[in-house]
Amino acid sequence: MARAVTTQRKILFTLAAWAVGLTIFFPVLWTILTSFKTEASAVASPPQLFTADWTLENYAEVWQRSDYPRFFWNSVVISIGSTLLGLAIAIPAAWSMAFVPGRRTKDLLMWMLSTKMMPAVGVLIPMYLIFQRTGLFDTRTGLILALMLMNLPIIVWMLYTYFKEIPAEILEAARMDGASLRNEIIYVLTPMAIPGIASTMLLNIILAWNEAFWTITLTTINAAPLSAFIASFSAPQGLFYAKLSAASTMAIAPILIVGWFSQKQLVRGLTFGAVK
Amino acid sequence: MGQITLKQVRKSFGEVDVIPGVDLDILDGEFVVFVGPSGCGKSTLLRLIAGLEDTTSGIIAIDGKDATSLPPAKRGLAMVFQSYALYPHMTVRKNIAFPLKMAGMSEAEQDKKIANAAKVLNLSSYLDRRPGQLSGGQRQRVAIGRAIVREPAAFLFDEPLSNLDASLRVTMRQEITELHQTLKTTMIYVTHDQVEAMTMADKIVVLNAGRVEQVGSPLDLYNHPDNLFVAGFIGSPKMNLIGGEAAAKHGATTIGVRPEHLQVGSGPWSGTVALAEHLGSDTFLKVNAGDLGTLTVRASGDVRVNYGDTIQFQPIAGKVHRFGADGKNMA
Repeated sequence: MARAVTTQRKILFTLAAWAVGLTIFFPVLWTILTSFKTEASAVASPPQLFTADWTLENYAEVWQRSDYPRFFWNSVVISIGSTLLGLAIAIPAAWSMAFVPGRRTKDLLMWMLSTKMMPAVGVLIPMYLIFQRTGLFDTRTGLILALMLMNLPIIVWMLYTYFKEIPAEILEAARMDGASLRNEIIYVLTPMAIPGIASTMLLNIILAWNEAFWTITLTTINAAPLSAFIASFSAPQGLFYAKLSAASTMAIAPILIVGWFSQKQLVRGLTFGAVK
Repeated sequence: MGQITLKQVRKSFGEVDVIPGVDLDILDGEFVVFVGPSGCGKSTLLRLIAGLEDTTSGIIAIDGKDATSLPPAKRGLAMVFQSYALYPHMTVRKNIAFPLKMAGMSEAEQDKKIANAAKVLNLSSYLDRRPGQLSGGQRQRVAIGRAIVREPAAFLFDEPLSNLDASLRVTMRQEITELHQTLKTTMIYVTHDQVEAMTMADKIVVLNAGRVEQVGSPLDLYNHPDNLFVAGFIGSPKMNLIGGEAAAKHGATTIGVRPEHLQVGSGPWSGTVALAEHLGSDTFLKVNAGDLGTLTVRASGDVRVNYGDTIQFQPIAGKVHRFGADGKNMA
């Protein structure tokens, strides 16, 4: 009897999990399906999940009408660039917070995190003006800086928790073995923290890739990444759902693929420290 | 060379004086053991010498040169940690090579030194394994190997055997002693285990609450403890400390008699046996001796005494330690 109950519960839980999963995934699925429909069937009423006239025309037209490779390349440069720059700053910062904490380290961490609690739009005007006047507006360098600053608190926090798990004695051993601070970080700390650094990197690439507020407001043409590419298809003069969907699919596909292949690393990273 | 001198070395964490001021001379080639109860500051003192902690004041000199503000890497000392602190992502070979690599030694020379160390420590067949694939004793050997290849001025050991099981501890204890005899390098060894201190040291430094209670050879400390703390700490089983009238008869506030210096058979003292441990070679008796308190007596193995028996015994003349009201040895 006991076994029957557990099987039943198992089925129930599986169904519930699938329901939640599909609900979350449904908008993405809908977007992908719509991208293969004609404009007419995309706006059909009542809405159809599937249609009879599948087409690749939207993709062809989106590809023709805009310079997808440029947007794509901008996204790659900005997301990877901001992540690498962030790591270069955050690794030493997290090192000092984890291994030589001062009396105010905890406050500093909270303060860093608190910057994430403020709505981005609150600093829109100053940021915009600074970018305008320093010539950073619509440059990849500018966006790398902006996104790096935006994600830095998260990078520092994640690395800090990873570093805290590394026994201080091992770093002291390196110091006794004659390692300079630089060598200690390069040869001992970093290799031991590689899993943590990798998942931090992945998460930040994804965050930067999907960031839309700053990438749209601080670019026009030259540095515009895929988020701006999507936005350019939701013009006020008319909605072309199918083309917008095709553009969206093209924008999220690369990161979706990267995310899929690095799933294990990501999940491990996000639950790190929870199980020991 | 490995001569280390501490002059009025003080360490405080905030308001708390962990080490209120220590003077100590460690000679080249000596095996010095810091021993004391947990929290007595012995590890802190070692870490001050290593440079892993900054001194609050005072001078640490290594081979006559002031090293107080040198970083650990520049002091030329090697340390073996309680947790071994091996680099988990490196093979045994790379672990041992690490200090050599940091010193900028050529690969060929590194290989020679590693092979040598591996031979001495019986690690030759494990060189390509990672620390995770080794047993506790092997890890300990790798940690020692990493320390010896760089030919330091002195070795620092921070309770290196406390993570090992009892039998392995005895073996490793002997190995470290033999290593010291071979290398003749200064070693400073921290432990809370007075048996380790007695068996390994040339010189024991007994610490209590950050203060040096006594410095001397193991037998010095055993036979002539300066004060009550050392008397009670060194020796196993502990010295019997007796106050009251019996002490007054010897003109002291407290007298101390080691268990083996109590003679069973006749004498002015008597008590009932509360516990008799027959080890074969010796018999340890716990005796309830009324006003004298509970005393430990070490008798020979063939003494036939059992629980509940009343025995008569007396301290051997000349083996009674006398302590004054201030806890200091009066002799």
